[in-house]
Amino acid sequence: MSAAPMDDSASGSGLRDDLAKTIDRVFETHCARPVRESAEGGQWPAGLWAALEEVGLPLAALPESAGGSDLAFDDAMFALRRTAYHGAPVPLAETMLAGRLLVAAGLKVPAGAITVAPVAVREALRIEGGKLSGNASRVPWGDLCGHVLVAAESGGKEVVALVSTEGASSGVEKNLAGEPRAALRFDATAVIASAPLENASFRLAAEGALYRSVQMAGALERVLEYALAYANERVQFGRPIGKFQAIQHLLAVLAGHAAAASAAAEAAVEASAAAPDEIMVAVAKSRCGEAAGKGAEIAHQVHGAMGFTREHNLHYVTRRLWSWRDEFGNETHWQTRLGRRVASMGADALWPMLTGR
Amino acid sequence: MHQFSFEPVSFPPAAEALRGEVRAFIAEEVANGTFTPSKNSWSSFDAGFSKKCGERGYIGMVWPKKYGGHERTALERYVMTEEMLAGGAPVGGHWVADRQSGNQILKNGSERARATILPKICSGECYFAIGMSEPDSGSDLAAVRTRAVKAEGGWKISGTKVWTSNAHRSHYLIALVRTAPKEEDRHAGLTQFIIDLSHPGVTVRPIYNLYGGHDFNETVFDEYFVADDMVMGGVGQGWKMVTGELAFERSGPDRFLSTYQLLAQSIRELGAEPDDRAANEIGRFVAHLATLRRMSSSIAGQLQKGAQPAVEAALVKDIGTTFEREIPETFRHLIPTEPTLGRSESYSELLGMTMLRAPGFTIRGGTREILRGIIARGLGLR
Ligand SMILES: Cc1cc2nc3c(=O)[nH]c(=O)nc-3n(C[C@H](O)[C@H](O)[C@H](O)COP(=O)(O)OP(=O)(O)OC[C@H]3O[C@@H](n4cnc5c(N)ncnc54)[C@H](O)[C@@H]3O)c2cc1C
Repeated sequence: MSAAPMDDSASGSGLRDDLAKTIDRVFETHCARPVRESAEGGQWPAGLWAALEEVGLPLAALPESAGGSDLAFDDAMFALRRTAYHGAPVPLAETMLAGRLLVAAGLKVPAGAITVAPVAVREALRIEGGKLSGNASRVPWGDLCGHVLVAAESGGKEVVALVSTEGASSGVEKNLAGEPRAALRFDATAVIASAPLENASFRLAAEGALYRSVQMAGALERVLEYALAYANERVQFGRPIGKFQAIQHLLAVLAGHAAAASAAAEAAVEASAAAPDEIMVAVAKSRCGEAAGKGAEIAHQVHGAMGFTREHNLHYVTRRLWSWRDEFGNETHWQTRLGRRVASMGADALWPMLTGR
Repeated sequence: MHQFSFEPVSFPPAAEALRGEVRAFIAEEVANGTFTPSKNSWSSFDAGFSKKCGERGYIGMVWPKKYGGHERTALERYVMTEEMLAGGAPVGGHWVADRQSGNQILKNGSERARATILPKICSGECYFAIGMSEPDSGSDLAAVRTRAVKAEGGWKISGTKVWTSNAHRSHYLIALVRTAPKEEDRHAGLTQFIIDLSHPGVTVRPIYNLYGGHDFNETVFDEYFVADDMVMGGVGQGWKMVTGELAFERSGPDRFLSTYQLLAQSIRELGAEPDDRAANEIGRFVAHLATLRRMSSSIAGQLQKGAQPAVEAALVKDIGTTFEREIPETFRHLIPTEPTLGRSESYSELLGMTMLRAPGFTIRGGTREILRGIIARGLGLR
């Protein structure tokens, strides 16, 4: 990593304060409203991405040998969370994720934005003779990233493979936040690199769920901040609406969801320093997803019609919450998985599992 | 700005060793038939069990040795309480004394109060009740009317306290009493007293709860005499004590484990291969529980380091008690049975009792509405 704020050896909260400040500055400078709006129009936010690369964020958690700066995984996730607080219209989570899997599989990490093909929708991707075939849908920023990392089957093994997106896009949809979600079609597409990775497709899905959980925690923090600020400033019946008990109670509930999402995401990140911890990721994606829906609902209620406008910034984060909770497996997906796991272990194993022994 | 952070707590090796010890103790007691875990742990009274806890050093764990305590860390105490609650152990006898009364006496009591009372609490043979609420003073606690009038060497107390849980089985009660007339500052003039329930001038009458159980009482004082050295802290300091200290009692595991036994039993009932809908609900509760435990234990760690995460603590109680109440409401849909009253030790009885106890979870210790007001204040809305 080149820029100063992140590569000094400061640790703990000092480092995180610096990270937050650096990120805040990047967004202030490079993510004004016109950038957000043109990104939703399909324009790649080149300036913002370049600024994030300049501070070394996309590859920060990778070893220096892979072009990163060895930032601890939890600090990198803290940074991701802060970009989600800003409603970042860039595939940062995807690039971080792809980098981590490429390194895990011993592959080289290319320059630029890299996306991943989510495997929640069960398309089969296969590699034969170094060529990839199959379909991947709802690939985040799949039309605008140079490379995509996929989990595929090759000779009966699970592998991760890096391919170019050039010519692969067969249609672009948008998620609720106006971010591209592309359908990619591979027809004997040359694989740039591939290597076996245990449980590759689950690993990719779980990593994605983890990153989305972290992003939801960050967005909820912003949503609470917007709602509190609005409640203190909007006056009706001669006083700020935040003085009404009904509003206070709504905000207390919103705070509970924001706090719970934060705790769940943090716990999952810690448990996943090396590879995603299945149980804690399921906990986080479930809890953060629930918080996203309930939290966004309250924030909009408190904002009245103002929050229903394009003009207010609230929607840049709430529309992401409504998208992220369904990406890489929704609450039902992860809860059911978790519930099955707990049921098969038996009730007596639950408490020892929760307390780690 | 409200950037919630729930840093991980690292339980010291001593705490993890203690966890194993408490777990083994509970397993042994269950095996011996001392209790069946499907009870409401911290509301279940069992004098024999309390005494055993005292013998094993599980009461007054953080208090000084000279008062019978064990000078262990708050995190060790945290581990002990969560294991007791998850194990469904009947800790109701000594619960209040250990969780709050003893701490108050240690901090604010006279030397005589400390020396005579704390060792008995630690041995598991001395229980406390809380005397805050009155017929006309519930959420509006500052409206208490029970009065103390100065007398020779002490005070004379008259008035009525209600909902005093366990007063009929307790040795003492700490009462919040008005010692000076209400003035502009309604919170001034309130004082806490340690009341010896075996002395004359106090009458404890049962108030049966909705399922016919006898847990709470009406406690009436008629010119009851309390010596000066049974005043807690300074005269007029009562309000600060009840609000200040209790603020941090909100985030303990007792605020989300009240229905853990029903959760566990429901998972057993649904079997090793539940259908999608049941698996989904189990998973949701486990996700909530894991999150709550993370929040609660993190706060315990922060408190031990001297931080005061007050909003976070209040949030744990709000979402924790909501979680407790959702458990019976959800499983009744998944395990079709009619909830039963009685002693049958069946699933339907556990479900029935949990449903009947559930309304209290969001009332006791300050209602949900009052709690949300406290959170709102912490968020800067008041
Ligand atoms: C199981 C159980 C055990 C208890 N044990 C004890 C005990 O040992 N010792 C003791 O002293 N007390 C005890 N209590 C009493 C408890 O502290 C009170 O019930 C509680 O503080 C609420 O008071 P209240 O019941 O008078 O309700 P009220 O204050 O009359 O409230 C009734 C309703 O009005 C709402 N309300 C009141 N004021 C406001 C407001 N300002 N804004 C919005 N809503 C409001 C409340 O939230 C509630 O929904 C116990 C209660 C229960 C249920």
